[in-house]
Amino acid sequence: MAKTFTGRVVVPGTVSAPALVSHGGLNTLASFQKALQFGDKESTCGDQNNPDLYGKKMRGKALCLPATIGSTTGGLVLYCAVAMDRQPACLLFSEEIDSLAAAGAILQDVWLDDAAPMPVIDCLGEDFLSYVADGMTVTVTQDGSVVVD
Amino acid sequence: MKLTAEQEAMLAGERGETMAKVLETLVRYGDLYGADEMVSVTSKYNHLVTSFGLKALGPVYELMGKLIDEGAVSQTGFSVDPRPLDDNVPASFLQKIIFKHFMYSKQDFYEGQLRELGLMGDDAFTCTCYMDEVGNVPAAGDVLSWSESSAVVYANSVLGARCNRNSGIIDLMGSVCGFVPRFGLLTDDGRRADWVVEVRCERRPEAQLLGSAIGMRVMADVPYITGLDAWLGDELDGSAKAYLKDMGAACASNGAVGLYHVEGLTPEAREQGRALVREGARVYVIDDAELERVHASYPVVWKNADAKPKLCFMGCPHMSMEQLEQWSERIAQGLAEAGRTRVSVPCVFTAAPAVAKRFAATPAARVLDAAGVVVSSICPLMYMNNPLSAKMPVITNSNKLRTYSSARYYTDDEILDILTKGAR
Repeated sequence: MAKTFTGRVVVPGTVSAPALVSHGGLNTLASFQKALQFGDKESTCGDQNNPDLYGKKMRGKALCLPATIGSTTGGLVLYCAVAMDRQPACLLFSEEIDSLAAAGAILQDVWLDDAAPMPVIDCLGEDFLSYVADGMTVTVTQDGSVVVD
Repeated sequence: MKLTAEQEAMLAGERGETMAKVLETLVRYGDLYGADEMVSVTSKYNHLVTSFGLKALGPVYELMGKLIDEGAVSQTGFSVDPRPLDDNVPASFLQKIIFKHFMYSKQDFYEGQLRELGLMGDDAFTCTCYMDEVGNVPAAGDVLSWSESSAVVYANSVLGARCNRNSGIIDLMGSVCGFVPRFGLLTDDGRRADWVVEVRCERRPEAQLLGSAIGMRVMADVPYITGLDAWLGDELDGSAKAYLKDMGAACASNGAVGLYHVEGLTPEAREQGRALVREGARVYVIDDAELERVHASYPVVWKNADAKPKLCFMGCPHMSMEQLEQWSERIAQGLAEAGRTRVSVPCVFTAAPAVAKRFAATPAARVLDAAGVVVSSICPLMYMNNPLSAKMPVITNSNKLRTYSSARYYTDDEILDILTKGAR
């Protein structure tokens, strides 16, 4: 049964994609290293400390997470991932977005004229992260509604 | 957010499209966190995280190019994280080719961009810009537009400066405008503690393990740490600062800590004490068993867990002068006890260029050199980030390097044993 969650729109957009869920913080630099440096077009997660995501392909997925953690290169890593078309379909945060992910979200929306912006929604709540599971279909609408089916 | 008339005009494009975008970025960044206004950056210098000319960062160079073309450069000058290359660091022929001609083939180009944007000087490449020798030491209360997680947490916690955990690029934009949105760690309320971390260890906790445990538990929250003054004393001397540097880097990389308070030791904790702790703050007790648990949880990602180490990196973040001298003594003593003259694993100690130069003039530098230890100002993480290095069995005492690479973490004592006795 579909369930709808409402969050805050950080970057607006509409998208429908399979969910990929991290219950712990996403270490952006560690996770996207293979995508940025080793030519991995599917953005296979390289963060050995994240058992939910390690080794899984992040590109094109509705990435559901509490927050990002780690290096302050995080924002520019996300920015480059979008510029290189290796980004998740959207980022869906259960908590208020952290400052590093926020930077990446805003930079890609403001500065990448030619790339389709990656929708980003935050403040979806703990229930969202408890409910959503890998492979569920997630649909994001312009007003920040997130439908999980 | 309330903007001044000048800022409104800039946002409307009066100073060109690029400056309007720079400000739009900062406004949207601040709006997300309820910033009420922009506040002036008051530090003498800025610090940026992006020091490396990775070929893969084309979109970043393009953006930097736009800023330079429009004259949107730093108003203060800045230091930047360490360089990714150093010919003195052991590497295979193939690694050297990959480093120079593939991975970091844009290094010279990017350093040119950094100079145009306001780089302090050729020696301004370090993650520990706050060392006295480097000269980028903010005063208590200074507002910063820094990034580099280990530098931000140090500046906030040990120096009492005020800086959010800014991302790369955002750091530069604050420096270009000369102001940043006020929210989070720039406010008194944002600097209050959400956690009380009670250190109840029977022996001095390893800084890198303690920081890792705290970071993994509190994530982005502010911890107020008690019980640590028993091990560090109540004075922020060189030894305490080095400990807090390493602990903070682990907090910031294993979690997302931007500020911690240490009871009786760090500036705001000394001034305000437990008034810094929020009502209802959660409690995390750390004893020796908890640190053992955290240590045991680290995965070993080497293909052969029993492989003999081929390289050892010490100094992520870069070591202080005092750390270099202490490790020189420990290496010399360990080798003498083992009846050896050189370390058993090729070893690199890293420090800021200005620290390394000062150290090079001391007798301790000759001790390290004779023992086969290289002192470099390289970024170990940048060395490790390629398939060839990732396959190497590299050891380190840095929890940050462990987190971002395949390097295997060992405590200081374990590292010393490996280096001087060949134990593993």
